[in-house]
Amino acid sequence: MFHIYCPHCEEYREEEEFHPKGEAHLARPEDPDNCTDEEWGDYLFFRKNPRGVHHELWVHAAGCRKFFNVTRDTQSYRIYETYKIGEQPSKAITA
Amino acid sequence: MTQINRLQAGGRIDRSKPLTFRFDGKSYQGYQGDTLASALLANGVDVVGRSFKYSRPRGIMAAGADEPNAVLQLGATEATQIPNVRATQQAVYDGLEAQPTNGWPSVNLDAMGFVGRWFGRFMPPGFYYKTFMYPQSLWMFYEKHIRRAAGLGRSPRAPDADQYDHINQHADVLVVGGGPAGLGAALAAARAGARVMLADEQEEPGGSLLDSAAQIDGEAASVWVTRVVNELADRENVLLLPRSTVNGYHDHNFLTIHERRADHLGDRAPEGMTRQRLHRVRARWVVLATGAHERPLVYGNNDVPGCFVAAALSTYLRRYAVAPGRSLVVSTANDYGYRAAFDWQDAGHEVVALVDSRANPQGAWQEEARERGLRLITGAAVSDVRGSKRVKAAAIVPLNEDGTQATGSLQWLTCDTVATSGGWSPAVHLSCHTGARPQWRDDIIGFVPGESREQMLTAGAVAGSYSLADCLKEGVSAGLKAATEAGFSGADVPVPTVSELAETPPMALFAVPHPKPNSRAPKQFVDYQNDVTAAGIELATREGFESIEHVKRYTAMGFGTDQGKLGNINGMAIAARSLGQTIPETGTTVFRPNYTPVTFGAIAGRHCRELFEPKRYTAMQPWHEQHGAEFENVGQWKRPWYYPKPGESMQEALNRECLATRESVGILDASTLGKIDIQGKDAREFIGRVYSNAWAKLAPGKCRYGLMCGEDGMVFDDGVTSCLGANHFLMTTTTGGAAHVLEWLELYHQTEWPELEVYFNSVTDHWATMGVAGPNSRKLLAELIEDIDLDGEAFRFMDWRQGTICGVPCRVFRISFTGELQYEINVPAHYGLYIWERLFEHGEKYNLTPYGTETMHILRAEKGFIIAGQDTDGSVHPYDLGMGWAVGENKPFSFIGRRGMKREDCVRPNRKQFVGLKTKDPNIVLPEGAHAVADPSQPKPMAMLGHVTSSYYSAFLGRSIALGFIKGGHERMGDTVYYPLEDGRVVEAEICSTIFLDPKGERQNV
Ligand SMILES: [Zn+2]
Repeated sequence: MFHIYCPHCEEYREEEEFHPKGEAHLARPEDPDNCTDEEWGDYLFFRKNPRGVHHELWVHAAGCRKFFNVTRDTQSYRIYETYKIGEQPSKAITA
Repeated sequence: MTQINRLQAGGRIDRSKPLTFRFDGKSYQGYQGDTLASALLANGVDVVGRSFKYSRPRGIMAAGADEPNAVLQLGATEATQIPNVRATQQAVYDGLEAQPTNGWPSVNLDAMGFVGRWFGRFMPPGFYYKTFMYPQSLWMFYEKHIRRAAGLGRSPRAPDADQYDHINQHADVLVVGGGPAGLGAALAAARAGARVMLADEQEEPGGSLLDSAAQIDGEAASVWVTRVVNELADRENVLLLPRSTVNGYHDHNFLTIHERRADHLGDRAPEGMTRQRLHRVRARWVVLATGAHERPLVYGNNDVPGCFVAAALSTYLRRYAVAPGRSLVVSTANDYGYRAAFDWQDAGHEVVALVDSRANPQGAWQEEARERGLRLITGAAVSDVRGSKRVKAAAIVPLNEDGTQATGSLQWLTCDTVATSGGWSPAVHLSCHTGARPQWRDDIIGFVPGESREQMLTAGAVAGSYSLADCLKEGVSAGLKAATEAGFSGADVPVPTVSELAETPPMALFAVPHPKPNSRAPKQFVDYQNDVTAAGIELATREGFESIEHVKRYTAMGFGTDQGKLGNINGMAIAARSLGQTIPETGTTVFRPNYTPVTFGAIAGRHCRELFEPKRYTAMQPWHEQHGAEFENVGQWKRPWYYPKPGESMQEALNRECLATRESVGILDASTLGKIDIQGKDAREFIGRVYSNAWAKLAPGKCRYGLMCGEDGMVFDDGVTSCLGANHFLMTTTTGGAAHVLEWLELYHQTEWPELEVYFNSVTDHWATMGVAGPNSRKLLAELIEDIDLDGEAFRFMDWRQGTICGVPCRVFRISFTGELQYEINVPAHYGLYIWERLFEHGEKYNLTPYGTETMHILRAEKGFIIAGQDTDGSVHPYDLGMGWAVGENKPFSFIGRRGMKREDCVRPNRKQFVGLKTKDPNIVLPEGAHAVADPSQPKPMAMLGHVTSSYYSAFLGRSIALGFIKGGHERMGDTVYYPLEDGRVVEAEICSTIFLDPKGERQNV
């Protein structure tokens, strides 16, 4: 069970308080109606599934209800950092 | 029966407290401080079980978690049955009842033995795959009989009468294991000021020191243990957990500890005490001081009762004052085996021979053996044993220098006990749980924990350090380091001084060669629980299994409840040799949680029975119960399903509820509908983006129905949203979808449109909601609501008003899920029951009838209203539902779902579309889920056109009605389709409009 630092609450809390929401930094296309089916399909369905460093979206569901990003190694389960929506991951950790 | 093997003096047992227990139907005596295993051995019980495949008699071999044979069934009553208890880890209490888990009718008179003797010959490795997998349909039949024959313990048939619980813990330093290294670590970390937990699986901390002859700081080791344990117990920053097994090491230093709080006290836990507890620990640093398991040597007939691992003999002799035999042969590949011989001799029994496989060992232990006058035979090992229910003789064989060849013939020695030591295997189990692969070390002939990604240290035997001095030194230094890393320092912990004999290097010996080849030699067991032999492993490698993981699965080695603690390394060594590889080349298998079996009670804790899951009730729950409601679970909510009167069937109750509502007035407790309060200057814009329809013009005082879609265009929720003020809305959701919808709104606000000023808050529990429906609803409410003009022109359909009902502030929404004139009254939840009762006082003259979710479903189906989640399944967009009117095509913002529902597949013809269905026979109610076909006589598999999503008998219409999907259904009104049912019937139905009643809405617009 993960120990996750919520960047909004500014403390470590147990994984049970959080929900994972999939890949982070997936921006909704600015003009959906002018996307091709392929472009929209990419946004809708295609996700990275790396073995290693991955940026994920999580929500502190049973806490502050805030969404935030987690940089996590999918193999070792190590969490490198958590950061707020709108922020970018540290350059030092390469995805 | 007397304790024939109990020594006159010594041990840590309390001879003033005799205890009576039963095993296999016979009564025995032991003492306070005994384990079930030590007490059975004290009573001369040799046979405790029968082997899995061959039904061979088996006795106790070890003294701890590694014991493979003495796995017993405990419990005096049906409710207190516990399977898989290792006799070596169970304290004896007065009245304890134990049964062998295999052997029928008893372990000594074994009927299955005959079967085993001839059947077992035909059970080579891979036997299940080869014999019983085909035909697969018969596996269930075979399995039942194999299990009865093998006996793997059984679950209780009555509910557990004891309670179990969980506790969350935080520790700066968690020390696993209370032997010399663990005690040293805990003491050092505690003195540094860290919050320390020390978990030890045995009845008392001390580990190997409890049977050690060594001296620490000039005193007996056990004296040092007592002093350290007392100091730890006195410290407020230390939690000492005896009888507590750390059974899992999970991510980010999260460990689970299985504490057996009352298992040593009786068949039932004392009143007011939980039997077992699961500690869920988040530790900053972990010190693994889990010790090591001694490997027995593998030799012919090495499973005959009387064969022990050497260290276990010392434990029984010195800790429990039990000598389980009279004449001993020790066979060892190292100095550790010598201790068993010395302890045996000290107990006054005969050591027939001390056999050392090393050609010419010269050191302190050998010197002492000679001084003691023991018969020391070098360059040899035990290779065979005679006896069936007890060892009668052991044969030793001379070996070449590396122990791979027998260089002479067997020499038989008369004895009743054999003790062997092939060296130690560090207990790397917990470190494996973290994903660390064990690393082989040639110098200690064993696997040690691999590098860990967790904040973890190791100390003592688990790290391959077997001398007492090293264990103490490493323990203290690991404890200090862990405390320092956790932010504590400055402790003064001197490392205790130890006097012990120096060691000579051990020899790598796993299986002792037999003068006959293994395939023809007597059985040499590697894994006792699954009857895996050396010959079986060699056969597996000959059949082409090269990966140790495959060998393991093919032979079932390590798949018992002991996870192969005793046998795995021997098995790998045998496989490696057979494959012509080294052990590190062959690799090792890894261990998984749990370290030893855990009861379901401990796993469940208090999450059982009435506390299994939270239950949510509305404010009107007491009234529903008093009026005989049957309840339905909707998520965690308990909702009234229907209200049967005495003697009424469910259908009769539904008919009555439906007719009363359509003809006069009915009432539904709708409090469970999700309610989300939405405020902010951009609230209206936001709502327009998440609903498919238009919201720009909804004025305060007005309500509107909305469909919520995913980005794929598929409907996932629906509900009515009301405009409470210019920047204030109240959104309702389905009962089950409330939490998901709120998270959905937050997701889009926080990640996509943070520039919109809007706030969401769940107010589901703040309001009690009552749906009052039927032609007399207005008359009834007029008697109770003083300040709202209910006139049809003043308070129109899809309006809402603020007012007062019976002196209570309320919001009244004129919306309808029944097609009738309907008002939804919302009052603060605390007033819910009061207002509900006032309605019934006044409603009696109108035959006000409470109805539940089932009648609600029928009434809405008569009107063709969907239930999201029942009539939709994530593959249905608004146009499929015939609800294109709810799609705001002209909205400027590309709302969620618009692009999705324009995808190629979403606009193709012949999609499954939502339609009404009328059976030809109006009395037949189609089963929900039934599939439609065009031609029921076509061969199987038939081409399916769609399925039924909702189906009921409508009393008001006097016939059955159904809703469902049909390919291209909107263009097929009047067509006939067929529903072939499981029972062979074929139901014929006509495709029709989804609106069965009042298509013009005249009933509600009055
Ligand atoms: Zn938070």
